[in-house]
Amino acid sequence: MGVNNNVLGLIFASLHDSTVVELTKQRTMGSIMFGGRYRLIDFPLSNMVNSGITQVGVITKSNYGSLLDHLGTGREWDLARKKGGLHLLPPFSQNVGGEGVYRGRLEALNNIWSYVEHANCEYVVLSDCDYVCNINFEDVINKHIETGADITAVYGNYKYSEESGSCVDVLEMDKNGRILSVLIDPQLSGECKICLDMYVMKKDFLAKIVKEAASRNEYSLIRDCLQARAKEFVFMGYEFDGYFSRIDSVKSYYRANMALLKQENRTALFKADSPIYTKIGDNGPVKYGLESKASNSLIADGCIIEGTVENSILFRGVKVGKGSVVKNCVLMQGTTIGSDCSLTSVITDKNVTTEDGRVLTGSESYPVYIGKNAKL
Amino acid sequence: MNAKKKVIAMLLAGGQGSRLYALTQNVAKPAVPYGGKYRIIDFALSNCTNSGIDTVGVLTQYQPLVLNEYIGNGQPWDLDRMHGGVHVLSPFETKEGADWFQGTANAIYQNMRFIERYDPEYVIVLGGDHIYKMDYSKLVEYHEKNKSDGTIAVIDVPKEEASRFGIMTVDAENRVVRFTEKPKNPESTLASMGIYCFTWKKLKKYLIENENANTGSKDFGKDIIPAMLQNQERLFAYTFDGYWKDVGTLDSLWEANMDLLDPAAQLDLYDPKWKIYARHNNMPPQYIGENAQIENSMITEGSSISGKVDFSIIFSGVTIEEGAVVNYSILMPGTVVKAGAVVEYAIVGENCVVESGAKIGVSPEVIDNRDDWGIAVVGHNITVPNGAFVKPKEIIGKNEDIKKA
Repeated sequence: MGVNNNVLGLIFASLHDSTVVELTKQRTMGSIMFGGRYRLIDFPLSNMVNSGITQVGVITKSNYGSLLDHLGTGREWDLARKKGGLHLLPPFSQNVGGEGVYRGRLEALNNIWSYVEHANCEYVVLSDCDYVCNINFEDVINKHIETGADITAVYGNYKYSEESGSCVDVLEMDKNGRILSVLIDPQLSGECKICLDMYVMKKDFLAKIVKEAASRNEYSLIRDCLQARAKEFVFMGYEFDGYFSRIDSVKSYYRANMALLKQENRTALFKADSPIYTKIGDNGPVKYGLESKASNSLIADGCIIEGTVENSILFRGVKVGKGSVVKNCVLMQGTTIGSDCSLTSVITDKNVTTEDGRVLTGSESYPVYIGKNAKL
Repeated sequence: MNAKKKVIAMLLAGGQGSRLYALTQNVAKPAVPYGGKYRIIDFALSNCTNSGIDTVGVLTQYQPLVLNEYIGNGQPWDLDRMHGGVHVLSPFETKEGADWFQGTANAIYQNMRFIERYDPEYVIVLGGDHIYKMDYSKLVEYHEKNKSDGTIAVIDVPKEEASRFGIMTVDAENRVVRFTEKPKNPESTLASMGIYCFTWKKLKKYLIENENANTGSKDFGKDIIPAMLQNQERLFAYTFDGYWKDVGTLDSLWEANMDLLDPAAQLDLYDPKWKIYARHNNMPPQYIGENAQIENSMITEGSSISGKVDFSIIFSGVTIEEGAVVNYSILMPGTVVKAGAVVEYAIVGENCVVESGAKIGVSPEVIDNRDDWGIAVVGHNITVPNGAFVKPKEIIGKNEDIKKA
């Protein structure tokens, strides 16, 4: 693990908030709930920790209350440390009178540069929270050192479809993996290599591009650096061939959750030797009542099921009353479904409650979304 | 010198649990799994933290490795404190020599220096092998109100069971007038729960006297309480009317688990105001397969269930394959039940494999002579092979104990 004591992880918790407006109304991208008991930031954070990285800064923007609550001191990720550990970096403006709100990664990094500068590290790993995967950054760093690249960007093979959301960044590379250009939100079809918003570079190089961007009033890592300066520097792609899913709309959020009902996806994401850590809830086991029925579902602790649950993802502490049928649903933490209800293809946000006998029906291609704390 | 603490708790966790032996060959009884995601000691530790007691000494001596590791710095119970917190206290050596803890009173006596560091007014003494939720702050309040020297928590038990317990006879003010250990003809039904609140100055005096008297037993029930009664110290009974279960035997451990599935269960694990905390593994939510049939059961994260499960408690990381049947049973963490295996009225320990075609336990309904029936028990890390049958009442402690049918 020698090399990774030398690495700083930086996570952008708020980029892409605008792609899933419904879910980020009261939270950041990083604190969107996923997979029954996780939040999106758990994936990059656990990936970094499992790769031996012991210092991580989390860059926030707005609505980060739930994120602060979730991360706490970082203990659950083993990041409550004297040396390094977890640092939350709220918006900070370099300019007198500025709002502290940034337009892109380079600007955000410039704002919190003193943190990066003082971190004891040679390499930096950047990650957003919009891709869910289990990746070993040690492999990426080793590849980066081996190729001598200025930046190594992680990419995955992706199949375009009608349902693909916007803002996908496609990498064009030569046969050696050197990035020739980046297509931002292109009109494409078929297979392509998309950037998974994870990058490795030397801190010195990051300092250089951050400071240069600031002096030119540029802010975007992809547009102003990867795209604009691909000839000047050596940017390499690193192929991640494991399972990943992308959250860029409510629809893709729904699909990414549902994908966890497939065993091979769960096995790829939840590995015994690189677990995904999250805040502990101290809930009891799931309780299945008399005449309860559950099938093909992922159910988190603290749920109490008296009715029927099929093809669904239930987060912690969800209650399904007697005679109710929940089908193809994603029910977030604390959702309480009364008796004799019927929910089909519904996403409920945190603490939604329904009275007895309610019927809600969406379709798999267009799930109904019910906002946080709603009472139906 | 530490700052003063008003109340500290001393938790007696040294018990070997010899009657649970298939499950306690390598772990102390308080570390035995219970209730789907807990260990027995979680109840006492959670009660302490929920009662506002932030200093707890845990006295261990039998197979302390698992327990030490489990308690760690006490963080899961919020007992990692700058001052106080949870401390595991093992027997140690002094200038005079080294001694194992000889009895419950002697265990506290040997750790008097730990207690004195906090200069407490009251010391609560707890057993580590009971399942219950109790607000110890109410016990302390009651103790203070009565200007008591010692307060013993008691529970009303059915008359026919009273002779299994230490029985208190009290006057109209609940002051204890007599205490009899396991009486043949009990004159009361108030049973000691093994939970005491003492005024520390008084207890200290009696601990020293008991130590010097060298009774051989050095036990709270046998020595300290009788001596205090004899000297007419103020001893009061504090009546507790919630759920309380001693899980000292395999049968009672099975029953206490099954109690959780009773719709009228008095033990609520889902009360946000009195959570039971435990040290967790990081496991994904449980997956329930396409053809699973689950009723009246509790199942914990990390499990994958595709078979038929009824009236059972399934711990974390358990796999029950399609075509397997599990009824009225307790499966501890990491156990795998393969397709075609049947587990009924049984306790199966951690990380066991029940192969297809294996059978553990039977329902009492199919047994002619009820005296032949009892739960079947399989210890930890055991493979029950195809064709094997673990009979009712049978206890399998190691692989070699299994007889082929």
